[in-house]
Amino acid sequence: MTDKTAASHQRNLVAIRDLKKTYRTEDGEKVALHDVNLDIAKCDIYGIIGLSGAGKSTLVRCINGLEQYDGGSVIVDGREIAVLPKHDLRTVRRSIGMIFQSFNLMPSRTVAGNVELALLDSGLDKNRRKSRVKELLKLVDLSEKADNYPNELSGGQKQRVAIARALANNPSVLLSDEATSALDPNTTKSILKLLKHLHDTLGLTIVIITHQMSVIKQICNRVAVIDRGTIVEEGRVFDIFANPKAPLTQAFVATTSNLGKINDLLEDGSDLVNLHSGQVLLRMKYISKEVSEALVSHISRSFDIDVNIIFGDIDIIDDAPLGGLVAILDGPADRIETAIGYLKSRNIGIEVLTQ
Amino acid sequence: MNILVQWFPNVAHRLTEFIDSFIQTLIMVVVTGVISFILATIFAVILTLTQRGGLVQQSVIFNVLDKLINLFRSIPFIILAAALVPFTRALAGTAIGTKGAIFPLVVGITPFFTRQIQSALAGVDPGLIEAAESMGMSTSKIVYRIYLRESVPSIIRMSVIAIVSLIGLTAIVGIVGGGGLGDFAIRYGYQRYMLDATYATIIVLVILIGVIEFIGRQLVALTEH
Repeated sequence: MTDKTAASHQRNLVAIRDLKKTYRTEDGEKVALHDVNLDIAKCDIYGIIGLSGAGKSTLVRCINGLEQYDGGSVIVDGREIAVLPKHDLRTVRRSIGMIFQSFNLMPSRTVAGNVELALLDSGLDKNRRKSRVKELLKLVDLSEKADNYPNELSGGQKQRVAIARALANNPSVLLSDEATSALDPNTTKSILKLLKHLHDTLGLTIVIITHQMSVIKQICNRVAVIDRGTIVEEGRVFDIFANPKAPLTQAFVATTSNLGKINDLLEDGSDLVNLHSGQVLLRMKYISKEVSEALVSHISRSFDIDVNIIFGDIDIIDDAPLGGLVAILDGPADRIETAIGYLKSRNIGIEVLTQ
Repeated sequence: MNILVQWFPNVAHRLTEFIDSFIQTLIMVVVTGVISFILATIFAVILTLTQRGGLVQQSVIFNVLDKLINLFRSIPFIILAAALVPFTRALAGTAIGTKGAIFPLVVGITPFFTRQIQSALAGVDPGLIEAAESMGMSTSKIVYRIYLRESVPSIIRMSVIAIVSLIGLTAIVGIVGGGGLGDFAIRYGYQRYMLDATYATIIVLVILIGVIEFIGRQLVALTEH
């Protein structure tokens, strides 16, 4: 991970500096984006998360020039998008694939026809286009649907066709605008898996716009949180999840974890958290990637205290465990204190809830 | 044949003239239909591209064309046809007969036809246009690969409506000397009280419109997926 971060300084596929975009409406000006700075490195799966209306769709459309911006710069593969002549902008767009929430497949064309549409201006002759279409449909596992029309497909299949179409011209970047927001959780998972697979096998850089933290959690390695047109937090996904700073980020992270549930239990005075004397209720959280020891059995053995796990929520993000446990420690006060001190020294975030 | 003589004596008596009138109506509808379909498609594409938020936003062109269409649509066709007589003469050499009817019919139906096709194009999901743009497709290619192609079924539906209106207009040009079934019905049915001539005309027109709508439906079913 650290070497990837180092590499990002050497070569950013997308570099956004002081980006500003204002919409002029009849009721005056509305700032859509201001002072946005982003660096997306080659091979990143970069998530941009925000509530609806935060400006994330506008931001991603500045990358392929579908939206014009008023200030700052967007550099993709070394070229400033704003100053490109129309013809060159079209060439650049062919190297940037895009998929959408509503799939945007052409209803009058078959699956194969939809994919071929992206190849019509590529200069390939008909036979080579056909074989490329076959190859792409195989890549997204839809070869048998080649002659079907989009309205005969399920949502997940439609998005697969859209992905095949977006990849037709071997783009270096794939922009995904809420591509899984209209899909059910299982289909979302399979689409994200496909994107991850394409990233791993083709070395594709992916920019994912979403309002679902679970999407970020599943496949992104970096994330930017956008709020009212500006980036409020940015970093490696693990760090953001382990240690969210901005209130909006904390709210997003909370949606993916059930560790917050303990507060509800405490408020309701549930029997589960009714402590006897000598018991301490605490929340333990992984805040660093370097933890992989048998901590619970270790403190229980070394300090001779009982650890009663109320509930836990541990996930693997970026190949490291993230999440935590809510547990009741039972034993003499001094030993509990040493145990807590030990956990803290092992980079575990400790929060004593009641005692 | 007996039924024809029995029920429509005046038409049976002038059968050749009736058939000629029908053929004149057909010629007016087909020739005007083709010309105004082409013009209407061009105007509708221009309006769609130049409108606010269109691919080549051009408010001056849009507003001029938009107002011009509204202007022509607000003139009742019978007055428009009379007002166009000098232009028709200059263009077609005559202002009467089938030949003289084509020009006023084109002017009369194209604004309506344009609005119909414009609304068909407006029915194309903006997301499809955005997807095409993101593929790096040029504006002219977006027009025929997406706008026109994706709206074929609704262009057919809208065209059927426009052609039915056009048939109505061909009956009106009959009054200003245009020939056709309308002329036949007015000359014999209205002015000479041969009611059967009027009814025969109505029956033929109803069948004609039915056939056109049937063909339209078949084409829509064929092109819609």
